[in-house]
Order: sequence, then C-alpha cells, then structure tokens
Amino acid sequence: MRAVEPELLALPLREAAAAGLQAARDAGASHADVRVERLRGQDLTLRNARLERLSDAVTTGLAVRVVVDGTWGFASSPDVTVAEAVRLARQAVEVARTSRPLNAEPVELADEPVHDDVTWVSAYEVDPFAVDPADKVALLADWSSRLLASPDVDHVDAGLQQVLEGKFYADTAGTTTTQQRVRLQPRLTATRVAPDGGFETMRTNAPPVGRGWEYLTGDTWDWAGELARMPEQLAEKSRAPSVEPGRYDLVIDPTNLWLTIHESIGHATELDRALGYEAAYAGTSFATLDQLGSLRYGSALMQVTGDRTTPHGLSTTGYDDEGVQTQSWDIVRDGVLVGYQLDRRMARQNAEVLGTARSNGCAFADSPAHVPVQRMANVSLQPAPDGPSTDELISGVDRGIYIVGDKSWSIDMQRYNFQFTGQRFYEIRDGRLVGQLRDVAYQATTTDFWASLEAVGGPQSYLLGGALNCGKAQPGQVAAVSHGCPTSLFRGVSVLNTAQEQTR
Amino acid sequence: MTGLTSDPPSGAELVERALSASRADGCVVLVEQSSSANLRWAGNTLTTNGVTQGRAVTVVSVVGASVGVRSATTVDDLPALVRASETAAREAEPAEDAGPLVEGPADGGFTDPAAQTSASVFSRVAAELGDRFRAAGSDGLGLYGYASHELSTTWLGSSTGLRRRHVQPNGYLELTGKSRPGASGGGSTWVGQHTRDWSDLSVTALDAEVRRRLAWGARQVELPAGRYETLLPPSAVADLMGYAYWTAAGRDAAEGRTVFSRPGGGTRVGDQLGPAGLRLSSDPYDPPLATRPFSVASASSSMTSVFDNGLPLGATDWLVDGRLTALVQTRASARETGSPVTPYVDNLTLDGGGTATTDEMVAATGRGLLLTCLWYIREVDPETLLLTGLTRDGVYLVEDGEVVGAVNNFRWNESPVALLGRLAEVGRTSRCLPREWSDDFTRARMPTLRVPDFNMSSVSQAS
Repeated sequence: MRAVEPELLALPLREAAAAGLQAARDAGASHADVRVERLRGQDLTLRNARLERLSDAVTTGLAVRVVVDGTWGFASSPDVTVAEAVRLARQAVEVARTSRPLNAEPVELADEPVHDDVTWVSAYEVDPFAVDPADKVALLADWSSRLLASPDVDHVDAGLQQVLEGKFYADTAGTTTTQQRVRLQPRLTATRVAPDGGFETMRTNAPPVGRGWEYLTGDTWDWAGELARMPEQLAEKSRAPSVEPGRYDLVIDPTNLWLTIHESIGHATELDRALGYEAAYAGTSFATLDQLGSLRYGSALMQVTGDRTTPHGLSTTGYDDEGVQTQSWDIVRDGVLVGYQLDRRMARQNAEVLGTARSNGCAFADSPAHVPVQRMANVSLQPAPDGPSTDELISGVDRGIYIVGDKSWSIDMQRYNFQFTGQRFYEIRDGRLVGQLRDVAYQATTTDFWASLEAVGGPQSYLLGGALNCGKAQPGQVAAVSHGCPTSLFRGVSVLNTAQEQTR
Repeated sequence: MTGLTSDPPSGAELVERALSASRADGCVVLVEQSSSANLRWAGNTLTTNGVTQGRAVTVVSVVGASVGVRSATTVDDLPALVRASETAAREAEPAEDAGPLVEGPADGGFTDPAAQTSASVFSRVAAELGDRFRAAGSDGLGLYGYASHELSTTWLGSSTGLRRRHVQPNGYLELTGKSRPGASGGGSTWVGQHTRDWSDLSVTALDAEVRRRLAWGARQVELPAGRYETLLPPSAVADLMGYAYWTAAGRDAAEGRTVFSRPGGGTRVGDQLGPAGLRLSSDPYDPPLATRPFSVASASSSMTSVFDNGLPLGATDWLVDGRLTALVQTRASARETGSPVTPYVDNLTLDGGGTATTDEMVAATGRGLLLTCLWYIREVDPETLLLTGLTRDGVYLVEDGEVVGAVNNFRWNESPVALLGRLAEVGRTSRCLPREWSDDFTRARMPTLRVPDFNMSSVSQAS
C-alpha cells in the first residue's frame, strides 16, 4: 500500500514528457510543462438502504502548457502517447501565438528549486479502490438501516465519494514529480416527513478527509455514536421552536466554522482574486494587495495559517502543479492580513509588494483537461494553546446559540456579506444548552464577524473539516480543501429566521 | 493507446466493439467525445486559454434486474471495461429502477466522426476583443470575461439495436466591465450571451451594453435592506427557474420531501403556482435551444435512470396557465407514482405572453430596482425552496421610468416557486445566459419579471 499505482507508472510518462518538452522548446517555448494524470473516481449512493448508483470512472490524460513570447498556451488530450505529447506541445505553442495579440502582461514565472524525479504519496492505510464495492454497499446499507429503524426517520440518503489522484509532472527547468493522493467522503442524511406535511433533515457531520477506507472502519470518527444520536436529534429539531431573529452570541462548532473560514478567509486571501483575475466569475476580494500587512481582518486572537502539508488535509500534497514544493505560512497574524496564496506567475509579478519572489505552491489543476490555477491551501484557524473547551465557551454565554454542522452557505463576489445555516442550533441560556432551535441563519460582513471573535477554543475541540467541491475558474474546476479550527465564540452576530424570510 | 500512432477509433466503432464484447443480458454503451476551446481575460489582457479533447466511454451492463456501470477515458482495453461493468452487475442487488432497455432504430449518420472545434473559432471574436481591450484601456475601464466553445458528440448504442448520435454545440461569452480596473471599488456590470456557432455574437455590441450600464453608475445611491419592487432580467429569472427545475424530481416530491410535495401526501401537480398564461416548458427541438433529443444517463438518480438511456425526448410542459402540470419522471418513477413519463430535457423556457422589453418595463416603473444578475445562489430551506444569493454587477435605481443611478448590492432570500405567485408583470421572453449556472446550463429563454416585493435581506458592500 501507499505506492503509486502501477497503472500510472505503466504510461510512457518520461518518454512523453521528454518528447513534449523538446517539441515545445523547438517550437519556441521559453517554458513548458507536461502533466499526465490518471484519476480514479467512484461514487455510491443508497436510497433507503438500497443501492441507487455505483459509478466508477477512470480519467486519463496528457496536458502541455507553454510560455511563448510571454504568453500562455495550453492543449490537452485523453491519449497519453509520445506522438500525442509532440502534437499537443505544438498545438499549445500555436494557441500561445494566436493569443499573443491579446496579451498585455508578459508571463514570467518565479524561479523555484529543481526537484529531480521525486515521488510523494498521501497518508492513508487502505486504498478504497482495493475494497470490494459490495462491502461498501453493505456498510452503507447497515448504517442506513440503523437510522431507518427509528420511527422518526422516513428516508435515508447515503453517499460515498472516493478519489485516487495520480499525477506526473515534468518541466523544462528539470523538475519531475510523481504523486498520488487519496480522499473520500461518506455522508448520510436522514429525513423526517411530518404526517400533516413539511419535513426536516439531519446530516452526518463527518468531514471529507485525505484518508483511505480505514476512515469508515476505524475510530477516527465515531460513526456508531453519530448514527445512534441522529434520529433523536432529528426528532428534537422537528419539534423545536422557531428562532426569534436578532443579535446573539454564537458558539460555533468546528463542523460549522470550517466553512465560514473557507468562504470568508480562504477565498478572500487568494491572490488571483485580490488582483481581479476572477472578477468575471468566482469574484474578487476586499483583502486587496495594497493592504498586506495593514488590513485589520479581525480580533487579535486570530491566527490563520495556510498549508499544503497537514497530514490527511485535502489540499495537502508534496509538490504543486508547477513543481513547487508545498509548505506552511501565515495568512493572518494577530488579526492582521500578512499573507496570500500564490502561484509562480503571481509571486514573480508581485514580488516587491509580497516581499518574496517565491511561490508558496498553490497551483492546482483538477484534471488533465484544465490549466493549473491558484487553488486553496488548507486555511486553518489555529487553536489557542491553553484555550477553553466547547463547554467552557458555552458557559460564558448568557443568551446565545451553539451551532453544529454546515448546511447552506453563500457569500458575495468580494467576500464581504455572508449567510450560513447549519445542521443543529442549540439555544444557550445562562451558560447552558436548553434545547434546539429551528430556522436559524447567521449573516455578517467578514471583517465585522471576525472582529466579534471573543474567544478561540483550545486544541481539544480542533477538527479538520473541509469540502471536495470547491469551485473556481473558467472552464470550471473543482478542488478539495480542508480547514482546521477549534470551537470559537463570536459576540453579537445577526441571526435571521429563515421561515420569516420566506413569508411576510 | 500506449505506443499507438494511428488515430483512436471513432465513437461508433467503440460502441460496436464494446457491444460485441458484452455477455450481459443487456448492454448500453455511451461514448462522449468533446472538442473545446476557451479564452479568458482580466484587466484588458488575456489570462488563460486552451484547446482540449475529451472522451468518456461508459458501459452499462444489465444482468437480470441488476445493473453495473463503468466509465473510462482510455480505450486501449475496452473488453476489460465491459467485463468490469458485468462483474459489478452480477454483484449488485436488483436495481429499483430496473426495466427493459429502450428499443429503436439506428440513426442515419451514426458512424460519422466526432465534431471538432479549434481556437480559430474565436478569430473574429478575438480581433474584436483586442480592439475593445485597447479602447477600455484608453478610457480607464477594465474588461474581464470568458469565451468558451464546445462541440460534444454523443454516441449511444444498445444490445436492443438502438443507435443514436448527437452533436451538441455550446458556446457563450461573458463580459464584465469595471469602471476602474482592479479588484474593488467603482462600478461593475455584466453581459453574457449564449451562441451555437458565434455568427450571432458581436463583442462590440456587448461592449456597448457594458458601457451603457457603467454610465448608469455615474451616480451612486445607497439603499438599505428591505422589500423593493424589482425587475428581474432574463438571466436572473433563468438562474431561479433552473434551480426550481432541478428540484422537480417526481419521486422526491411523492416522498414528501420537496417544495412540490403536497402536505399529507402526493404532489402539487395541478396546483396553481403562477398567473394565468404563464408557461414553463422544455423542447429538445426548439431550434436556438436545440438539445439532445434522447435521454443519456451514466448513473441513476431521482432525476435519471440508466435504464432510460436512449429514451426519445419531446416537448414537455411543466407549467401551463400558471398551473403545475408535470414533474420530472423517469420511466421507473412514472410507474411508481402513476404519472406520465416526462424525462428531463436540457433547456428551459418561461413565457407569459408578455410583449414589453426590459427597457419598456423600466419606462413603466415609478420607483424600483433593475437587477443585472444573481450570484452565489444556495438552498436555505428545501421545504419552501427558499434560496439565498446576492445581486451582482449592477443594481440600478429606477425612478419615474428612468435609471437614475447604481445602488449597492444586496443579499436576498426568496423562493422561485413562491415568487411565481407574486408576479406583477411578465415581460417579453428572450434568449439569455444564466449567469450563475452557465457552467452547466446555458440554453434558456426567459422574460423579465416585475416582482412587487423582492426580499433584499441585507446590504452587501461588494462593488
């Protein structure tokens, strides 16, 4: 286990790369890189403990990216052969030359150390693709049946997404990397349909992870406990009173806070957004480059890092898709913006303001058909070393809500205004939980919200949450990313009643 | 393909090879081959580009009532792919949506090769763009955007003799203009257009509309959250109606867990959701919005069934005279719920017979907001289909029939289904590009809608 799949290694990787790089050089490219990928994906869904779909797909392909006369060119194809590498290299050069009249900013790339033929494999124990699909169906059916056994559960939707990402990269500077990553996400949702109409749902909070099949069978996550509690939690939610809108102190569990970090810090500190490259699609950022080192992002308690090195992190890898070794760095220190997520071009272009001409390794392409763009590192809120537990945080709140699990999310094109819901909302009165509430959404502006951060929890509640489905770029690309954080306390956040938003 | 120097086999050939390798009771083979080109720009200069070939071969094997599906992009070991799908079928329990495979004739032209596009499809567009970049630069404006063209060829063959081939052209261009280049500050606006072959698209005309809208932003007006009379333009309506369409699975509704469920049991088919005269429909043969006239599914869901692969699609009404007439039904869900078979068709038209253009609706407005498009639309409450999202790239204040300035953006909370019941006016229906969902949903024809009380829940500082 934990070796690169032979199916990737059996492709003519080095031969195709050498031929492609040479053809690109011969055609006039000042830089070229060749990427070969073999992506395995398997999705299962069960509806009420019966298999609905089991799709299993292998995506193989070859991509050549070039810089010619300061302009990018890119071409890709599903056929990994020496001849195809040469054809694509020439085609990419032609695309660059055709595009040249439209390009006003010559592409220059940050110099990076050469990594000569290195291999990196993510941390997992059991390759999920080595497990008999029948065993997966059986486990998910068992879990579904446990939920369905409750009279409070009418429907159960279960899903398991699994990815094995094999990637080979070589460039004209001499870097050659071969890497493999595994990730998966099991998820179950229980639905209760009220006899007189209306319905309510409850979903597992187990995050997607960079682990193997052992995630479902080991003790990393307490599956048995979570599944055992869900029916009663769902029943209580169905009976819960609707929230009174207003300002509340929020104790936010890491199962919910990770997504708020993702949207309001992760995306806002992507340098391509801050520079406007995503202005027509994913959006820009209020955290513009001229504010590096001075923008008060939030409370001085805020310590936010970016990394692509945390074990089991979804963005974690050895080298990025430009051959840059991955690392860890500060994004917000003592509440002030101090860093961005970079790729080689942006690092070079903005070296003076950034104070460094080196990339921090955030280039990623989600398939051989797509060009690498700057994608999110694992952006995480660091716990306070001797910080409080979740119970201690709750005990310090007179009137508030403890929010568990993520659900609905939305944020504006400049990363100011957001609205989030969750799986469960517990009313806090006089430092104690008194029962669930319904129809809760919290709404805030990013810097106001982070300024209201009054206490960061300790390491005991720290959890690496995350998503497999983060979207960016055109053509659209999907990336997986993790976000760690402890339970934290925010004072006086605006809470809406979503039922009242609907009716008037 | 390793070491092979000849061209890969054609889609039709792959279908026949896989079918002849099949030992299952039934087999469907899907081959999709795509050819695409794209250009992306920001701040009046090119950012990325590319030309791409894509391929996916999917084998659906049926053994008894069980099904196994395997997909791959490589074609060097097709028999192994067929064997893998058969093994999966043998190991699977009977499928809930099991049914006979679709029968039918062979399409003429089935063996035709894949359609191909190239970067040269943008020759005229790129020249116009270069010209507009220079003009924007000298006028202190910033242009951002994306042009994409794809020709996607689908071959579908089955052990029942069915042979279908379809070529889907899909192109669009989006142009965002900023009153000053950079990430923030100043005004921002957007136009987008769907096209099949680029002959009907003028960058110069789109740029002129961008400039007209940026000029509206010369005066900035701050308005608080609240309910406003709002003109939702076709792109915004398409994003909202598209979401409602994707939530319209008949099976989910019958199970009591969507906005289309009738409290206490059954569905809301037959309910009056919108005003008389309002029609929501799909038609694969609608020429400007033409789309694949047969079902294709590489996996089953509440909206699709692998057993329905090849099922002929026709014009379908979802709303007639404002009344809900159908939900999305596979053959299996139709059997289960006693409904007609009304599969998903990949285009959407909303038409209320209105004749007023958006400009005419502006002229007839006392005081209200004119939106450009919506963004970051997410489901808040599935029971009412309450959605949240933002206004984006231009909210304009209309007073006494004229646009008098640009307003701050808002977060809104609204349900597209509830909105249909509160329409004050339905304008003329026209083709549009759904801004939020254009990655997957580009074929739409919508009217501008006048909503008397659109819920702008809070102010967004984004500009």
